[in-house]
Amino acid sequence: ECPGTGSAQAGSAAACQGCPNQGLCAAGAAGPDPAEAAELRARLRAVRHTVLVLSGKGGVGKSTFSAALAHGLAADEHRQVALLDIDICGPSIPKMMGLEGEQVHQSGSGWSPVYVEENLGVMSVGFLLSSPDDAVIWRGPKKNGLIKQFLRDVDWGEIDYLIVDTPPGTSDEHLSIVQYLSATHIDGAVIVTTPQEISLQDVRKEINFCHKVKLPIIGVVENMSGFVCPKCKKESQIFPPTTGGAEKMCQNLNVSLLGKVPLDPQIGRSCDRGQSFLSEAPDSPATLSYRNIIQRIQEYCEQHHSQEEKVI
Amino acid sequence: LPERSTNLLGVRHIVLVLSGKGGVGKSTLSTELALALRHRGHRVGILDVDLCGPSIPRMLRVQDRAVHQCDSGWVPVFVGQDRDIALMSIGFLLERPDDAVVWRGPKKNALIKQFVTDVAWGDLDFLIVDTPPGTSDEHISTVEALRPYRLLGAILVTTPQ
Repeated sequence: ECPGTGSAQAGSAAACQGCPNQGLCAAGAAGPDPAEAAELRARLRAVRHTVLVLSGKGGVGKSTFSAALAHGLAADEHRQVALLDIDICGPSIPKMMGLEGEQVHQSGSGWSPVYVEENLGVMSVGFLLSSPDDAVIWRGPKKNGLIKQFLRDVDWGEIDYLIVDTPPGTSDEHLSIVQYLSATHIDGAVIVTTPQEISLQDVRKEINFCHKVKLPIIGVVENMSGFVCPKCKKESQIFPPTTGGAEKMCQNLNVSLLGKVPLDPQIGRSCDRGQSFLSEAPDSPATLSYRNIIQRIQEYCEQHHSQEEKVI
Repeated sequence: LPERSTNLLGVRHIVLVLSGKGGVGKSTLSTELALALRHRGHRVGILDVDLCGPSIPRMLRVQDRAVHQCDSGWVPVFVGQDRDIALMSIGFLLERPDDAVVWRGPKKNALIKQFVTDVAWGDLDFLIVDTPPGTSDEHISTVEALRPYRLLGAILVTTPQ
């Protein structure tokens, strides 16, 4: 695997053989500028907790979960929450947060996030497009550049929780966000999956990615986990966990299963309409699951923070 | 224009399966389309250019197979009931199935070019190309590498939402 363009091994690791950028990396041209790293550190100094939402597999509900997590945490008015969408090709967050058509404003202190609530700010490439159907057909380096800008040029202010929604995979965006956020501290990753083996096989890769880049794993969320018919109340497995689902995978890989969220057509509807599912369907079993999971994530972050403070 | 290698000269039609969105069923459709075309008597191959999340090997129950080299390049893995659908995927090149392919764009592009020009497909009526979600390196490189050949077109997959 790519050791990272900023790593000491850039260009000289075994994995660099055959990469067209090997020469560049070996010459140190692609590494992070120390001045840049200092800039990022300064910008992100006032961020207390950072949570990455990852998968490996597409379409499992990363953005849906990121939006729910953001709304859930921002329910406490005293908490300042930021949601950063680094899915450059398929940014779902603007629509899910009811912010389609919003634009980013610039000021002396940088780009201003788009605020859903006073205490919930959002940033996404979606806000930079002239039309929502414009395709962003960019290779890795250009995507990395925008992600860096999101961290360096956005005036986030003081934030209690920075949630980063990612695209599927283990590539440029994922390497870059981990590299750039090393300027601050990442509490950990929440990994989202569905019960089927086709998803789990990609998620195991993502778990390995986290281990490789030393990113702590807060836990795994299993979405689309069963469906209860509103008419007859019978439960069906729409995506059968043929190999034991997330539960078995978490046991095998010694990671925490944060919770299972059942399929609820209201989730998709809320996302399409840009409404908070937790507010629109407070009595849904899915809402209860989400709330429990959010609570566990909060506890993990707060506990981790107080441990760190003890060490200092 | 990239040079034409001889490996794709025997392929009559190339079909890209795209989406933009993840998890809508591109790999599922690519697999079923290949099987259905084979059932109708056509010679079929599948090229899986999803390097981070290759799903096709498992869908065809060949996740444990390996690829071999010949004079013209890589020999695809033959899958299906009668072992007559040709398949190439990064899944076959991983040492362990859970190994993450953590590559930046340039390295991904290099492998995709190889997958397009260095696999000995032989004579095929249809080559179905399954892609990852997005509009990035894999997609740009695949289309660029396939440009000299007969690209039939793209099928786009979505869900209703």
